[in-house]
Amino acid sequence: MSPANATRVEVAKTLKLYVNGAFPRSESGRTVPVLDAKKRLVAHASHASRKDLRDAVEAANAAQPKWAAATAYNRGQVLYRLAEMLEARRAEFASLIVSIEGRTKGEAAKEVDRAIDRCVCFAGWTDKIAAVLGGKQPVAGPYFVFTMPEPMGTVAVMVPDERPLLATVSLLLPVIAAGNSAIVVAPVAGKPAANAPLAIAFAEAVATSDVPAGIINILTGARAELAPWIASHRDLAGVAGARLPAADAKALELGAAENLKRVHLFHDAPPFDDDAFWHSPFAIQPFVDLKTVWHPSALQ
Amino acid sequence: MTIAPIPYAPAPESVRPTLRSEYGLFIGGRFVEPKSGKGFRTINPATEEAIATVADAGEADVARAVDAARKAQPKWAKTKPAERAKILFRIARRIQERSRELAVLESMNGGKPIKESRDEDLPLVAQHFFHHAGWCDKLDYAFAGAKPKPVGVCGQIIPWNFPLLMAAWKLAPALACGNTCVLKPAETTPLTALVLGEILAECGLPEGVVNIVTGGPDAGRAITALAAKGKVDKVAFTGSTEVGKAIAKALAGSGAKLTLELGGKSPNIVFADAALDQAVEGVVSGIWFNQGHVCCAGSRLFVEESIHEDFIDRLRNRMRSLRVGDPLDKNTDVGAINSKAQLATIQRYLKAGSDEGAERFEAACDLPKKGFWCRPCIFTGVQPSHTIAREEIFGPVLSVMTFRTPEEAVQRANNTTYGLSAGVWTEKAARALEMANRLNAGVVWLNTFNRFDASAPFGGYKESGFGREGGRQGLSAYVKLGGAR
Repeated sequence: MSPANATRVEVAKTLKLYVNGAFPRSESGRTVPVLDAKKRLVAHASHASRKDLRDAVEAANAAQPKWAAATAYNRGQVLYRLAEMLEARRAEFASLIVSIEGRTKGEAAKEVDRAIDRCVCFAGWTDKIAAVLGGKQPVAGPYFVFTMPEPMGTVAVMVPDERPLLATVSLLLPVIAAGNSAIVVAPVAGKPAANAPLAIAFAEAVATSDVPAGIINILTGARAELAPWIASHRDLAGVAGARLPAADAKALELGAAENLKRVHLFHDAPPFDDDAFWHSPFAIQPFVDLKTVWHPSALQ
Repeated sequence: MTIAPIPYAPAPESVRPTLRSEYGLFIGGRFVEPKSGKGFRTINPATEEAIATVADAGEADVARAVDAARKAQPKWAKTKPAERAKILFRIARRIQERSRELAVLESMNGGKPIKESRDEDLPLVAQHFFHHAGWCDKLDYAFAGAKPKPVGVCGQIIPWNFPLLMAAWKLAPALACGNTCVLKPAETTPLTALVLGEILAECGLPEGVVNIVTGGPDAGRAITALAAKGKVDKVAFTGSTEVGKAIAKALAGSGAKLTLELGGKSPNIVFADAALDQAVEGVVSGIWFNQGHVCCAGSRLFVEESIHEDFIDRLRNRMRSLRVGDPLDKNTDVGAINSKAQLATIQRYLKAGSDEGAERFEAACDLPKKGFWCRPCIFTGVQPSHTIAREEIFGPVLSVMTFRTPEEAVQRANNTTYGLSAGVWTEKAARALEMANRLNAGVVWLNTFNRFDASAPFGGYKESGFGREGGRQGLSAYVKLGGAR
C-alpha cells in the first residue's frame, strides 16, 4: 500500500476470486496478506475455502458440456482471443513477476512472452488433438473403427510454487483446449513464488476474453488445505499438476483413489521452459478420455 | 413360435496340451522352487479335477522376481529395438504354432468354451505380440518429439476371465517399450501363463525380462507394496474396481505409474429400428460370451418400449438353443463358471434379482453333475435401483429395462459409476453416431458387440479405470515422456 506521504494515494486493487465469470470474495471472508519480494504489504488476497471450491465445481460442470460441444475451430479462436488479452497485459504481468517474485526484468519479460506464446500454441491445438491422439484403427476384420479423444469434465489445475504464470498456462491450456473446464488453484502463501496478484491479473485477462463463464475458475488459496477436498470431490473428473511438494501430490493421489479421478502430476516431465514437451500433444493426452467406436463395414 | 432344442452329438476337442504335473515360479528365465515352499492344485472348473500343482509365491518370491526384472531391464532397454522386435515376432509365431494346444489348456483351466478360446482368445494373443513387435523400433514416431523412454520394471496383475489374452495385453506393449515385467496370473487360471513362460524362454527372450509369479491375492499385494517402495516402476491391473481402488491408494505419492482396467455394467441399447435378429445375436454374445465373465459384458439391456415384448420373445427363443456344458465340446456355447466362489457370487445376485421383484427366465438345459454351472438367464421388470441393475455380476445374467426416447436411453445408460463399454443397435447411421458421441464409455460397439483388436485401444471411463490397452494409444502406459529424470 502506498505510504501516506505520497503525492497521490494509489488506488489499490482488492483481490478476489474468479468463479463463473464473476469476481466474488471468498464466502469464508478470509484474506491473506500479500507481501512483495521486499516483504512489504501490497494487498490482501482472498483465501478460498472448501465451499468456494464446491461453488466453482458446480459452475464449471454446468458450463462444460457447452464448451465441449463447441466446434474445435471455435474453441481455438476463443483461446487465441485469450492470448490477445494476455498480450495486452504484458507489462502488468512482468511488473508483478518482478515486484512479487523478486525476479529480474529480463527473466520476467521472457516468462511472460513464453506464457503468451504457449497460449497461442494451444489455440492452434484444439482442432488437431483428435488427429494426433486419435485416428482410424486398422483392425483385422470388416469393421470401421476409430478412436477419438473426449474431454472428461472439470479438471483441477494445481499451480506449483515456481514461475506461477508459465506454470498456470502450461497446465491450464491443455486442459481447456481439449474441451474440459478448469478450476485453477493458485497458491497464496507458498514460497518462493506465490503470486496472488498475478493470478487475479490472469483472471482479468480471462474475463475480458471470450472464454465462457465457468470454463476457467481461479481460486487463490492454500494448496495443502484444498488438496484433500479436491481429491475426494466426486464431481471433479481430473487433477493436473506438476512440480508439487510431495505431501500435496500424495494427498491428491490418495483422495482421488476414492472415485478414480484422473490425477496427472507430470512426474516425468521436464521444466516448464521445455517447449518441445510443453507444446506437445502429450501435455494434453492425460486430460482426455479415449473412446473407441466400432461399426461393421461389410454386410453380413 | 418356440423352437425346440436341436439334439446333437458331442464333438470333443481331441488335442491335449503338454503339461508338467508341477510348476515352479518362472523367474530369471527358468522355473524355480518357491521360497515360500507352498503350492496349490489348480483345477478344471468343469470337472473339479486337479490339472497340475503350481507354486504359491510369497513376498520373498515376488521380491526375487522383481530383482530379476530389475537386473535384466537396462540390457533389454539397450537392446537394439529392431532386435527386440524380432524376438517378439518370434513369440507371436510360436504362439500361433501352439495355439490349439493353448486353447485347450485355456478351456480346461478356465472353463470357457473351446470355440471361444480357439477362435477369439488365441488369435488375439498372437496378434497382440505381432502388433507390438512392430512398435519396438517405431516408438520415436509414436511419440514424436517427446523422447520416449522405458518406465522400468512393470508389475502386472491379471484376471481369470481371459488369462492368456490378458497376459499378452500386458506383456507385449511393456516389452516393446523396453521394460521388464513381473506378471501375476489369477489364482484360478495360472496354467497358460506358465506355458507362455516356456515359450518366451524358447524364443530367446533374455533371462529375467519376463517373470511369472503364480499365487493368490497376497502375491498381488506384494507387487503393489514393492511399487509403493519404488522397487516397481509401474503397476498394471485388470480386475475389480474395489481392488483397483485399493491399489491406487497403496501407490499414492510413490510416483509409480498406474493403469487400471476395472469393472463394468455396460449398456446394450436396442432401438425399434434395429435389425432385430442381428440385435438378438449381439445381445447373446454381449452377455453370454465367456459365461458373462467379461468386464465389458453388455449386462444391462435397454430395449425401446414399443418392441420390448417382441424382442424378449426372440431372445427367449434364442436362449432355448444355447448349449451349456463341456467346455471342450466344439458345440458348446456356454461353458463352466470359473470357480466355486464365483458361482456363489452369481447365485447371490440371482436371489437378489428375484427378491427385489424382477422376473427371471432361464434357458432350460441339463447341466453336468460335476463342476460349476449356471444357466444363461435374463431378468425382466428390472428397475434402475435394483441391485442387479447397478452392480457387476460377472456371470451369465442379463438385466432388461426399457426406454421411450433416445434421450432417456442415454440418461439411463450413463447412469452408472462405470464406463467401460456400450452397445447400440439401430439401422439409422446418424442415430448410431449420435449415441456413440453421447455414451460415456471407452468402447462403443455399434451394431456389433465384444469385438477386440490389438490395434484398437480398449479401456474405461469413470470408475472402469484409466489407461488404454492396444494400439499406439496403449503404448503410453509403458513409456516416460519428456526426457526428464
